[in-house]
Amino acid sequence: MQAALQISGLKKTYKGGFQAVKGLDLEVQKGDFFALLGPNGAGKSTTIGVITSLVNKTAGTVKVFGHDIDKELDTAKSFLGLVPQEFNFNQFEAPLTILVNQAGYYGVPRQLAFERTEKYLKQLDLWDKRNEPSRNLSGGMKRRLMIARALMHEPQVLILDEPTAGVDIELRRHMWNYLRELNAEGITIILTTHYLEEAEMLCRNIAIIDQGLIVENTSMKALLAKLHVETFVLDIIPTKQTPTLAEYPSRLIDDHTFEVDVDKSQSINDVFIQLTEQGISVQSMRNKSNRLEELFLTLVANNAAPKAKGN
Amino acid sequence: MMLSFRNRVALTSILYKEIHRFMRIWVQTLVPPAITISLYFVIFGSLIGKRIGEMGGFDYMSFIVPGLIMMSVITNSYSNVASSFFSAKWQRNVEEMLVAPVPNWVIVAGYVGGGMCRGILVGSIVTLVSLLFVDIQIHNVAVIIITVMLTSAVFALGGLINAIFANSFDDISIIPTFILTPLTYLGGVFYSISLLPEFWQGVSQINPIVYMVNAFRYGFLGISDVSLTVAFTVISLFVVTLFTIAMVLISKGIGLRS
Ligand SMILES: Nc1ncnc2c1ncn2[C@@H]1O[C@H](COP(=O)(O)OP(=O)(O)O)[C@@H](O)[C@H]1O
Ligand SMILES: [Mg+2]
Repeated sequence: MQAALQISGLKKTYKGGFQAVKGLDLEVQKGDFFALLGPNGAGKSTTIGVITSLVNKTAGTVKVFGHDIDKELDTAKSFLGLVPQEFNFNQFEAPLTILVNQAGYYGVPRQLAFERTEKYLKQLDLWDKRNEPSRNLSGGMKRRLMIARALMHEPQVLILDEPTAGVDIELRRHMWNYLRELNAEGITIILTTHYLEEAEMLCRNIAIIDQGLIVENTSMKALLAKLHVETFVLDIIPTKQTPTLAEYPSRLIDDHTFEVDVDKSQSINDVFIQLTEQGISVQSMRNKSNRLEELFLTLVANNAAPKAKGN
Repeated sequence: MMLSFRNRVALTSILYKEIHRFMRIWVQTLVPPAITISLYFVIFGSLIGKRIGEMGGFDYMSFIVPGLIMMSVITNSYSNVASSFFSAKWQRNVEEMLVAPVPNWVIVAGYVGGGMCRGILVGSIVTLVSLLFVDIQIHNVAVIIITVMLTSAVFALGGLINAIFANSFDDISIIPTFILTPLTYLGGVFYSISLLPEFWQGVSQINPIVYMVNAFRYGFLGISDVSLTVAFTVISLFVVTLFTIAMVLISKGIGLRS
């Protein structure tokens, strides 16, 4: 498989000295549906900005289908379509004008640009609004306008930065379906989100970013499996016998600390039955918190209070 | 700077967008200069001009027409690029170009070309309005065309550089108010600089607008306070210098990339 995107050692320090990205490595395969999940301020938009050359990087390399953005920027750019987090079109122009011009910037001749404009505006349910000044569109329509705009040069990779922020549930589902169709047609999709549910519904692979670093990079399946496991730390009275457990992955950390992984589908009673049989007594027990779980608590907290804003 | 097919399409798109923008808001962009020029004619031509008599061997109204046209070319090419590029930064739609494989020189050429179009269109409107008040003679069409092209390019580039540095809408009116307007009024639009004391004639030599107004006036009336060769050289140097500055600023992403 060919890598659509390869990032290595990416760092970004903004003017003023704040380091938003601290040495990030990431690889996305061609055809993937990839989520970059992380809380607000994690560095998602900064990373996307560097890939799409809106942000100057401080260090590291970025390659798009093998083309280094430092050496073959124009080639790299032509593979990418960007749907940014903030609305960034001319609010006084109508969708038709915005799209035809955008196609022009990529060298799509005008006639073809008009044909594609019609195709994408119809697919995204905006054809009726084609001549309306875009400031009059609703939030969800504006978001879809930006998706159409990103598709005008028929990119290989579509990057969406929090595409469903502020979009209501029903429209969100429409958008998800549309993105799935694009992916099925072969377009590699990378989206950032701080909704775990969104990543779960859509994506095959996922990277979790926090404070400018990737903390986890795996398949969605593996991640969910991991999240279904809870680790308990048992304080035991030291004995000569090494505790062993059937069915539960476990490890002896030192002679009085024993860790047990319990899947959410398993019962914890059996742990104690087995330990009792081995003559091991447990003095106390606590949940082991790990970085990933802590992160998810913040993500879940964010999800609990989404900034809903019309459609 | 190869004009590949892709670059040509990109350039046309920016030009089209720029022209479309000032045509859409024609009441703000095309009508005011026509009104202003009419006021100048009423005041300086009919009311005061008669008392001034001749200037440079022509009646006062004929003498000032080329300068007035040039003034409108200057202000309009400047303010078109300054407002359009600044507003593209402000609304962030400049990012539409930055993410696309558009070379920097195409961005500069597109915006500057748009500013030139507005300058030249407004110049033409002002010329037509002038015909209502005065007969316009033409001495040398080529000089008129070259001067108007170069001048509008200089000020369109100036407007672009202004917009690159601007952080607020106020920042794009400071240069026109404090630099452009004084230079224009002191640029020999309303008088022949040969009337000035020697010292001030010398000072006027460093005002680029003097060269533009005089070259332009030569094209109509065949008279000029400065040599045409010097005038074209000075204006061309301004074009080259400002273009280089604009290119460096955009390549570095000043005001565009964080
Ligand atoms: N232009 C900027 N100048 C300084 N700091 C910035 C700038 N843009 C973003 N940041 C900071 O960088 C961090 C990462 O921001 P961002 O990449 O937007 O995060 P995310 O998209 O994951 O929410 C945040 O702390 C943010 O405040
Ligand atoms: Mg963001």
